[in-house]
Amino acid sequence: MTLNVELVSPTQRVWSGVATSISARTTDGDLGVLTGHTPLFGVLVDGVVSITAVDGSTTDFNVSGGFLSVSNNSVSILTETVSS
Amino acid sequence: MGAQLRIYRRRMRSVKATKKITKAMELISASRIVKAQQRVTASTPYANELTRAVSAVATYSSTNHPLTTPSPNPIRAAILIISADRGMAGAYSNNAIKEGEQLATLLRGRGLQTTSYLVGRKAVNYYRFRNRAIAGSWTGFSDNPTYENAKEVADALMVAFLADAQTEIGGVDEIHIVFTEFESMMVQNAQAKRMLPLEVVESDAPVPTGLLPMYEFEPSGEKVLNALLPRYIEARVFNAMLQSAASEHAARRRAMKSATDNADELIKSLTRLANAARQAEITQEISEIVGGADALASASAGSE
Repeated sequence: MTLNVELVSPTQRVWSGVATSISARTTDGDLGVLTGHTPLFGVLVDGVVSITAVDGSTTDFNVSGGFLSVSNNSVSILTETVSS
Repeated sequence: MGAQLRIYRRRMRSVKATKKITKAMELISASRIVKAQQRVTASTPYANELTRAVSAVATYSSTNHPLTTPSPNPIRAAILIISADRGMAGAYSNNAIKEGEQLATLLRGRGLQTTSYLVGRKAVNYYRFRNRAIAGSWTGFSDNPTYENAKEVADALMVAFLADAQTEIGGVDEIHIVFTEFESMMVQNAQAKRMLPLEVVESDAPVPTGLLPMYEFEPSGEKVLNALLPRYIEARVFNAMLQSAASEHAARRRAMKSATDNADELIKSLTRLANAARQAEITQEISEIVGGADALASASAGSE
């Protein structure tokens, strides 16, 4: 089982694909998402979102605030500005 | 060269020069539509996800957020009109402004006062000429809006909305947006929509179907909504601006195309007139020469 991930900003779709795990920082602290995670909606703070793709490679993105929603093994990360 | 012919030639030259300009503007707009359309498409995933998130939060958290609950006795409404900075786009700006007027009439019919927020020089000039109050105006980016522009506008609207309309002059209870929806290359519609209080059910783009999951909110439903709604408004304003920009280019292309076609027609009929004038001149010259020769011939015949 894998996660379908979409990282989108207002102007473009930054990253989309299949991943095994994601870690991000929400207002409550660091958060890791693996497959089968319960539906969650979190507010992100400025920080790093790292996505581990199925091939094992990890991509880090600096985000400035945003949201993370998890449901049925699909994750969408919405953020205003992204830089990798 | 005859005077008449010279006048026709002069007019043809000026029409040809105008045609070159309109043709160039047509081509420029045509290339920009594509780019503008791509930007609309690129912004759609974000807008869709956000709409989905807002509907999920509003549906499943039992919070009574000020942004989602209509005021019991609203007294003032804000109207955001998105128009163009430059003309030469046919009725594009006018349609948006007119749609805004209709909305204002409708709101006044409900007993509300209206305040106007304007984007684009055309709308600003329209309001200034009529000496109407403008609560806020932004110009200079109508054909290529950035997210920062949208943010600026959305921030001003949020400030007005969060202020208490009963006690403060600048406060509003409702926010409406008037923009031009880009349906296709040939069809663009000026539209008025209510942004706040939210009507979460309606959305521009088809929201991914399927039941919304029971989300767990972190930190809490209300806090999530607090953070989510300003972003949602920004995204809505941004999307409206992008669509309006695409519509503006499409409207300009269409207007310039018909201007070029008209110039072609004009040149054709002027060419006909000039040809007729030239021919008339030649005919007259010939008859003058023949007449002159005749007179000479009969005069010399009489003397012999």
